[in-house]
Amino acid sequence: MDNVSERPLPTPDAATAPYWSAAREERLVMPHCLDCGHYHFYPRTLCPQCSSPRLEWAPCSGRGEVYSFTVVHRAPSPAFASAVPYVVGAVKLQEGPHLMTNIVHCAPDAVRIGMPVRVVFEKVSDEITLPVFEPLAAE
Amino acid sequence: MTAQAAIVGIGESRVGKVPDRSALQLQTDAAQAALTDAGLRMSDIDGLLTTPVRVEHWNMPCGVVAHHLGIAPSFLATLDLAGASGAAMIHNAALAIAAGQCTTVLCVAGQNLLSHGTRAKAVKSMAEGGSAHPQFEVPYGPLVPSLYALVAQRHMHEYGTTAEQMAQVAVTMRHHASLNPNAHKRDPISIDDVLKSKMITSPLHILDCAIVSDGAAAAIVTTAERARDLKKRPVQLLGQGYGLRHSHIGNTELTTTGAVDAGRDAFRTSGLKPSDMDFAQIYDCFTITVIVELEDLGFCKKGEGGHFIENGRIGIGGELPVTTHGGLLSGGHPGLGGGFFHVIEAVRQLRGEAGARQVKDAQVALVHGNGGVISIHCTLILGAA
Repeated sequence: MDNVSERPLPTPDAATAPYWSAAREERLVMPHCLDCGHYHFYPRTLCPQCSSPRLEWAPCSGRGEVYSFTVVHRAPSPAFASAVPYVVGAVKLQEGPHLMTNIVHCAPDAVRIGMPVRVVFEKVSDEITLPVFEPLAAE
Repeated sequence: MTAQAAIVGIGESRVGKVPDRSALQLQTDAAQAALTDAGLRMSDIDGLLTTPVRVEHWNMPCGVVAHHLGIAPSFLATLDLAGASGAAMIHNAALAIAAGQCTTVLCVAGQNLLSHGTRAKAVKSMAEGGSAHPQFEVPYGPLVPSLYALVAQRHMHEYGTTAEQMAQVAVTMRHHASLNPNAHKRDPISIDDVLKSKMITSPLHILDCAIVSDGAAAAIVTTAERARDLKKRPVQLLGQGYGLRHSHIGNTELTTTGAVDAGRDAFRTSGLKPSDMDFAQIYDCFTITVIVELEDLGFCKKGEGGHFIENGRIGIGGELPVTTHGGLLSGGHPGLGGGFFHVIEAVRQLRGEAGARQVKDAQVALVHGNGGVISIHCTLILGAA
């Protein structure tokens, strides 16, 4: 974090390691409550809907729509300088939860709220693969 | 119960670029100004509230500040509701007084956020400083403004809010700051200036974003009984509320916030309603924040905030003057202490001491603080005694 040139990467912990392991295998998983059926994100160790600790990591469709987005023109650190302009988006998944991501394989000025998207995976290190989203129309 | 507490002293350090003062010196300047304002001495203080600072590592901020000021209060605490800390300090002081733990509480916050380091380091440390989730948001490269840009983009999509309307908020705050001798940025700007300023993270231009400042603010809260014997007209805490609906913005709905809950409870506890307010000190970390909060607090319907701020309605002399000291957009923003200036200004207005920017016959005001990414909220209703 003190080295301004390094891209900040997630440090998986006991509660989130399964998410990052799945992403490394190019699978998107979500915590799913075995009692009330609610999907939530980001991952917690009890269901935010019914407080049940009985959770599983459920496969997720990886489909959703752009709920909102912003085109970043000023990089937060030198690690992102070569990427500007890039799109940070909030995606609403079919399963319900929203997540923050990048919208890729699409010109920044072509991104629209409501645009259908699907997950793709961007390997950024040996340990970390980030789920990002591309327009469904790119199929 | 809380109506028995009153704010009797306010103070500010110099605000803006103040390279010759450390965080503790700025807080000391503000505290001494508040004591002088109240006609009290440091030895009268038996309670202390402060917030964490970002520029230094203090192992226990309330202890560090109390020790620096040379006091050993019978009640002290460090509050961190991020940007809502300033408003929350006033309510927590009132609670401690009502509980009998102390009689006279110094609330103080601020730091040398601008002069402490380089701008690049400040931007990076803010981007990775917790507003964005370290695992699920930071790796995607949002700036702090990007998190609010998601709110702005969605609000524009759902309700037709325009870039011009957001710019109007920035223009109004700058005008208010131009009437505030201690404000950081005082040169007037136009809507065109905002729209032509550098696009940082669409749809937010640099002039849609709060500034970064050095500065500190302080207020002294005591019992209503003691307040009657002091120099200045007391300002009473009439009601308060809190709200939290999410921690991180990537995982939530974007256009309705916990300000709904904070405002509802503040009006309920005070027995007042939005139309009773003579002005409102709304947290303004970004232009969109003001629009969303005015809606959530009930000053207009959801989706009408963009229209609400038009035609001078939120300026001095308007129907609801908003954030009359110039706010975080122009007045000054030294981090967690930033929202405390909204409280200080409310007191100044309610005493009739706001000079060129005085709101006529100001008797009752709402103060709203927001922390995180429109995550945590504290609303106060203050009234002239």
